[in-house]
Amino acid sequence: MPSISPREHTFLLLVGVLGILTLASAIGFALKTVVARGEPHSTIDNLNSRVKAWWWMAAVIGLALGAGKDGVILLFAFASFVALREYATIAPGRRGDHWALLTSFFVVLPFQYFLVWLEWYGFFSIFIPVYAFLVLPMVAVTASDNRNFMQRAATLQWGLMITTFCISHVPALMTLEIPGYEGRNAFLIVYLVLVVQLSDVFQYVWGKLFGKRKIAPEVSPSKTVEGFVGGVASAVVAGACLWWITPFTPAQSALIALLITILGFLGGLVMSAIKRDRGVKDWGTLIEGHGGVLDRLDSVCFSAPIFFHVVRYWWTP
Amino acid sequence: MAFLSDAIATGLTVFTRLVTGAQARWIGCGPQAKQRVYFGNHSSHADFALIWASLPSDLRVRTRPVAGADYWGQGRIRKYLIHEVLRGVLVDRVPAGSGSGERALDKLLAALDGGDSLIIFPEGTRNTTDEILLPFKSGLYHLAKERRDVEFVPVWLENLGRVLPKGEIIPLPLLCSINFGTPMRLNGEEPKAAFLDRSRKALLDLAQFARPK
Repeated sequence: MPSISPREHTFLLLVGVLGILTLASAIGFALKTVVARGEPHSTIDNLNSRVKAWWWMAAVIGLALGAGKDGVILLFAFASFVALREYATIAPGRRGDHWALLTSFFVVLPFQYFLVWLEWYGFFSIFIPVYAFLVLPMVAVTASDNRNFMQRAATLQWGLMITTFCISHVPALMTLEIPGYEGRNAFLIVYLVLVVQLSDVFQYVWGKLFGKRKIAPEVSPSKTVEGFVGGVASAVVAGACLWWITPFTPAQSALIALLITILGFLGGLVMSAIKRDRGVKDWGTLIEGHGGVLDRLDSVCFSAPIFFHVVRYWWTP
Repeated sequence: MAFLSDAIATGLTVFTRLVTGAQARWIGCGPQAKQRVYFGNHSSHADFALIWASLPSDLRVRTRPVAGADYWGQGRIRKYLIHEVLRGVLVDRVPAGSGSGERALDKLLAALDGGDSLIIFPEGTRNTTDEILLPFKSGLYHLAKERRDVEFVPVWLENLGRVLPKGEIIPLPLLCSINFGTPMRLNGEEPKAAFLDRSRKALLDLAQFARPK
């Protein structure tokens, strides 16, 4: 495996990410001056606010990774909190759900991340699917409100699975013990986040440049076949090129990148279907140009647990 | 003491914004320094704190919530909050025709004549039903008839009823929005029922705009 140290890895990654962001900012600036001539232009302005938000996101993720396991857990716990908030805001609910929701926000969510911190894999992986699943409807039933009870219980459980259970698998990558890879687990998070997000960015770029045939017009009118194919292919190449920060070989790295980008794409469609059904365009407004935290993390939600299990199954003893 | 009530007011504003993730959307008008009556849907005690918190600070100090004396006139903390912090106008909520309706109206007119804007909830009480909006009480019409130069701005509060439903004390951290609609006034000799209907419809239209289908 690599002969260069984690410190050099970090340095190279930093240069790479800063380079991409600088390039993106430069392209955004050029488009704004040359194509839009400084006038308002919805696509270019949106591109620029997206790039600007990316600088912030990269800085926040970088700082959290720099702070180690605790920092990463805190960051993703916060992301889960905001995501659950966005979900619960849009999901249908009734007054009788008040205490079940309070329990989700202030007991289930913090406890799930506490289990990640304890590195208690056995409990961490069943706490929400089993215990929250059983207890939340019990809490809800005390409100004596029968209307749509089954839908309400299922809606809340599903929201916790996506926003809390799935997202908590990202910081859980810090707890895997991979022989010969000690002290480098943070790079697994960098790999996952970079591949998934690059895939989103590449799909956006390919779609904007060459997109013609809509891939799922009813669910997500902006996604095209060209964007999907180009985006996934580019992300797989990017993933393969990042093999040196992972415990994978270049071929394995490409294959895993293919798996997580396809999961991410389909997951994005699922979240899009929910938004459309509820009549909203974005989950929130926290990240300028992108929408809410769930708009940015939708593909991570669906790929993180599978990525976690692939690595845990094949790379840990 | 003025310092303390200012500090509490700021604290309340920040807290409300954080908990509710409140997003003020000025749809039909801007946050201008005009004399206005903001009328909104009422589903939670946090309602006027939220409208109040979403106004720019220079407007906020000139805007007074109208609140029920039966609730806010009780207990030292509530009294302190409503008088010193929110500068509320307290009115008695009693059945129409008992004479105190006129006294309440006089209090509101006096507040307007003092140059302040008002926040009122024309449903008269918090809506805990499955109805989207209760029928309006007539106070809004009388205000509009007596002070024709004041702008009446519909304000739709989305989701607040879920953040702090009646009877609960711990707020849920859901995202809320405060939607300000197009200012309206009483048209000439417009009858009471027509004006109340029109203002209620303005609020419902705003709700359609603000909430997911």
